[in-house]
Amino acid sequence: MGALTVNTALLRQILVGFVRDEVCKVGLRKGVLGLSGGIDSALVAYIAAEALGPENVYAYCMPYRTSNPESEAHARLVADSLGINFKVIEITGMVDAYFDLYPEASNMRRGNKMARERMTILYDHSAEVAGLVLGTSNKTELLLGYGTLHGDMASALNPIGDIYKSQVWELSEAMGVPHEVIEKKPSADLWAGQTDEQELGFTYRDADELLYRMVDQRMSREELIAAGFEAQFIDNVHRKVQGSHFKRRLPIIAKVSNRTIDRDFRYARDWGK
Amino acid sequence: MDFTVALAQIKPKLGCLDDNLALVEAAIEKGIAAGADLIVFPELALTGYFLKDLVPEVALRLDAPQIEKLKTLSKRISIAIGLVEVSSDFRFFNSALYLEEGEIRHVHRKVYLPTYGLFDEQRYMARGERFRAFDTRFGRVGMLICEDMWHLSAPYVLAMDGAMTLLCLSSSPGRGVSGTEGLGSAAAWQKLTATTAMFLNCRVFYCNRVGYEDGINFWGGSEAISPSGEVTARGAILEEDLVLAKVDGGALRRERIFSPMMRDENLAITVKELKRIDREKEY
Repeated sequence: MGALTVNTALLRQILVGFVRDEVCKVGLRKGVLGLSGGIDSALVAYIAAEALGPENVYAYCMPYRTSNPESEAHARLVADSLGINFKVIEITGMVDAYFDLYPEASNMRRGNKMARERMTILYDHSAEVAGLVLGTSNKTELLLGYGTLHGDMASALNPIGDIYKSQVWELSEAMGVPHEVIEKKPSADLWAGQTDEQELGFTYRDADELLYRMVDQRMSREELIAAGFEAQFIDNVHRKVQGSHFKRRLPIIAKVSNRTIDRDFRYARDWGK
Repeated sequence: MDFTVALAQIKPKLGCLDDNLALVEAAIEKGIAAGADLIVFPELALTGYFLKDLVPEVALRLDAPQIEKLKTLSKRISIAIGLVEVSSDFRFFNSALYLEEGEIRHVHRKVYLPTYGLFDEQRYMARGERFRAFDTRFGRVGMLICEDMWHLSAPYVLAMDGAMTLLCLSSSPGRGVSGTEGLGSAAAWQKLTATTAMFLNCRVFYCNRVGYEDGINFWGGSEAISPSGEVTARGAILEEDLVLAKVDGGALRRERIFSPMMRDENLAITVKELKRIDREKEY
């Protein structure tokens, strides 16, 4: 095990270069992100500050009334240590106004609504400051589908979407993200005491070791079992990857013409950039 | 003959011929000012790499005004450069031109168009059909475009055709960040260029681009390799650079005396065995 170790200096150079290049080539200089107090958005803030300069990074902490107050404190700690722009925008008012109409709504509906509420705020501020929204979903959660479509999964560009959670930890250490943020248990912070690993039913470390072999190395089920992974765990993770694939694709379009967007009308997004 | 080669590790803009031609001209002027006799650009330097449906829109005929401009510049410095070429029957090729003394001396159309993993070249482009060495003022040269070099037969054929200098124009995406010092793709290329030079007692000039296209980075690291496989100059990783390498003409002669593998290479046996293999192969 332990195949996930990365050369953090090189990774940092590539990700910082990516943010700088992809923001500047569209004629902008600023980046906007939601800073939750968790490690993923903290790392993206560190990358963005190095790429664009702290004065060009706009971080927004968007708590709901049930959010852990420690999250806001950690977000502030990250923003202060970097010297980036920071604002707290509470979403309780808008979310509650909506759910007053649907008091029976489940936790899942409420969580998704909150994620999408935050997304609309980020995109509004992206227009206000003329900056691109930076994504903060890592490869582990993208593959597992542990995120809200058009919510926290929405962004203009994502520097950490190809690195696993274990690598997020590693790079965060190397870039100097505060230890309080690195060491706490990952949480979507929808209600007190919630943790990702509890909800997923396995640890990120275990998921990463499996996903790396399953996705990156394309090992077969037999090979994974021979490597020591339990069949049930393999199947569970595989089901999550397959079941959430729709979240990683653009909406499918009914084809009727000879040139359909993304099917036979194919251009890079950096077309002309 | 001693000479200086410049490897122009540029960052082309995707689909922007005019901007890229300006980049190329600026690099050429810098190369000339630095005393370079030959300047090598990356694969698809005039267009960018992940062109997809842009291929027909950025393709140039060999009599295009942009190429006329390069011809004129080649009176002052020899130039190897990558672009999309359109033939009179409207096939599009990932091509490399070698220009010298005001003329196109050679056109190489990429033979091995990678269409796997993140690559999709054969969907958009037609395949070249030959590897030929050609004469230049630096002796006989062979050109390869990126993936071509991963096919042993390609540099071999060029060397057997008399090439003593191999130019490789590349747009290699960086990937494989692991616990090791460099990128996986960089480490693989560095082995390949050095080994090719050693096997064939040839100089290798490898020029790779930099920049990002849709999140994919190109890692640069252009290099000049002596015929003994030593790196004599290497460009920055992931950053624009103009790598200058002084080429010691005598090193080629000395290497070919020291390790006369190319002298001893038996073309007749190779051809005989390849013909046999071809005959016996079930198509």
